[in-house]
Amino acid sequence: MHNEYISDLTPNLPFPVHFSIQNILFLLVALAGFGLFAWQVRKIRANILVGRDRDMSGNVSERLNKTLLVALGQQKMFKRITPALLHLIVYVGFIVINIEVLEIMIDGIFGTHRALSFLGPLYSLLMGTNEILGVLVIMAAVALWWRRNVKKVRRFTGPELRMWPKLDADIILYVEVILMTALFTMNTADLKLHQVQGLELPGAFPISSLLTGLLPSNVATLEILERVGWWAHIVGILAFLNYLPSSKHFHIIMAFPNVYYSRLVPQGQFSNVDSITHEVKAMMDPSYQVPPPATNPDGSAAAPTPFGAKDVDDLAWTNLLNAYSCTECGRCTSVCPANITGKLLSPRKIIMDTRDRVEEKYNSPLIFQPNLYGTEAKHAEQEVLDKESHTLLRGYVTPEELWACTTCNACVEACPVNINPLESIVEMRRFLVLEESAAPNSLNVMFSNIENNGAPWAFSPSDRFNWADELFVADKAVKA
Amino acid sequence: MSNLAAAGEEPEILFWVGCAGAFDDRYKRVTRAFVRILEHVGVKYAVLGMEETCTGDPAKRAGNEFLFQMQAMQNITTFEGYGIKKIVTACPHCFNTIKNEYPALGGNYEVIHHSTFLQQLINEGRVGVAGGGEFKGQRITFHDSCYLGRANDIYEAPRDVLAVLDADLVEMKRSKANGLCCGAGGAQMWKEPEPGKKDINVERTEEALAALDGNAAALHNLLGVESGNAGATPAPRSGEQRSIIAVSCPFCMTMMSDGVKNKERENNVQVFDLAELIATAEGLNA
Repeated sequence: MHNEYISDLTPNLPFPVHFSIQNILFLLVALAGFGLFAWQVRKIRANILVGRDRDMSGNVSERLNKTLLVALGQQKMFKRITPALLHLIVYVGFIVINIEVLEIMIDGIFGTHRALSFLGPLYSLLMGTNEILGVLVIMAAVALWWRRNVKKVRRFTGPELRMWPKLDADIILYVEVILMTALFTMNTADLKLHQVQGLELPGAFPISSLLTGLLPSNVATLEILERVGWWAHIVGILAFLNYLPSSKHFHIIMAFPNVYYSRLVPQGQFSNVDSITHEVKAMMDPSYQVPPPATNPDGSAAAPTPFGAKDVDDLAWTNLLNAYSCTECGRCTSVCPANITGKLLSPRKIIMDTRDRVEEKYNSPLIFQPNLYGTEAKHAEQEVLDKESHTLLRGYVTPEELWACTTCNACVEACPVNINPLESIVEMRRFLVLEESAAPNSLNVMFSNIENNGAPWAFSPSDRFNWADELFVADKAVKA
Repeated sequence: MSNLAAAGEEPEILFWVGCAGAFDDRYKRVTRAFVRILEHVGVKYAVLGMEETCTGDPAKRAGNEFLFQMQAMQNITTFEGYGIKKIVTACPHCFNTIKNEYPALGGNYEVIHHSTFLQQLINEGRVGVAGGGEFKGQRITFHDSCYLGRANDIYEAPRDVLAVLDADLVEMKRSKANGLCCGAGGAQMWKEPEPGKKDINVERTEEALAALDGNAAALHNLLGVESGNAGATPAPRSGEQRSIIAVSCPFCMTMMSDGVKNKERENNVQVFDLAELIATAEGLNA
């Protein structure tokens, strides 16, 4: 391949093009990075789609609006101001600094140097903002690490955060610091290189210009440092991209579809099971036509779906999407009345268990399965009943956890990305009650009271109007 | 209701009493207080009496979808039989179930919780409570019911109702969307709690008492509230002064009353429903 040939292809680019072996290497690295990521995303998409169908189409403008507010605008993060601000710095830093990644891509492919510098003052503004954000991101990462590891904020502890999730959270912070360090190494070396050679480097570098004194003045060393910084930044980003599917950090992508597909109905509204509606209607009206059972594509009768959920594939696909959107921040668990008062239930654990289980049963995102590492330690407190089949219910989540839920929706309200742990909890309760008749005894008593007396307590229906006895003289009672 | 129907009349509202309102001795007083208010303002109302049956809420939350739908269909048949259009209830669980979960089963009604209904009566000037009545200046804190608040986004109506009492309203640290459950939802009312460090209603009652007493130290120790996130602490005052925990749900009533007993504060802290407070302030309890 000749330089002339490439130049012919790109005659109108506003920057000089210098093609070299580095560009071929870069193209290969970039293609491998994005290709591997696409492959991983396909696997995760397949994992999510093992869930039951649920029609979430329609209401596009309402859903987009919510996505803008909650996902892009981080509306729910601001219930807790300190972490919200720290998170905002990292988030804005991520988005703005990634504009520079666009430049790195162009430079990498065409062998240009700072291809976007033709933007002039705008470029200076962008580079200057990046540098300031870079410092802020490092400071925020340190503060976030301190909250986790020194201050030990309560919601960052808990059984489900042992082993991989704990390491994962710290790795993300380290990678952020490393990426920012690479950015500053690149900029500082580039700046010094230009200074030493008496040249002007386009752009503004408020932080790197303070650091040039730290570097040697040797041109060859500076050139190497600049290249190391450049490569470390882009390879780091591509590696991090491929780390995401194994990590809680995947939320930076999944938060958007998850919020988009989150429920629009009041939080108190639980789904009605359609198959039960048909049964009940048929019982009350013998002429009611129950729709024919589902069939496989080849026309054979499909296996009947159980009531409720025993395993991940009994949950709706949106519940599995939830599991991949969770960043394990623990806001749900920290407001859960059961968890606060020392019960085993932790909504975050239900969501994390769902992700672990779907990867155990179906695809794992990479060759290694970090989410499944150390599961015994994560479940040490639980009496895990089903060690053989390892289903979500009993293999990961115990009935004791499920029965501790007050369905108060505090977890749903707290989640910054609209995850709904309550839906999964109720689905598993349904399986326990309707498929296994395994409700706690006192609840079975309540059920039979409703069946026999029409009230959850053992009162006679004929006493239902007794409240009025002390209230009215006889004529009022007749009126009512 | 059957008597009204026989007379060929239609009520303005159907007052859905609910099982707690019909059978629970404490909540029967709330039912009576609300009926006194209805009588006082002259709303044409009806109750189903013995034709009422559980909405199915506790069965549904416990996972017994089959039993829930049986109850729901039965109630919808009753409603349809009388041509019911507007339902008012003092129970947030019944309210949520009929309002949100009956439509998919064919039951579409205008469903109003009594806090919203009382708020409307006040806005229309039909309930005045001149000067706040006997609650003027008393310290009151409102405990949000999950099925009214988070479940249905009703936070202001009960507070607006309390506002007419001209009382010293204080908020708990965890209130409105951040409110802590009393511990009875999701069919917990009918079972013993799972093993843990503490009962939920005790945790919530401690918070309510701390707010009523203006006890900053106790408020600071609440679990699950991150530092720097808590609102202002009410002015401290002696725990000897009479104060009130206001509720709007029969299960919250039971749980908070039990919590107050557990903390041995029954002598000066009382738990009242909104309807009771309004009826008393309006002088309707004679």
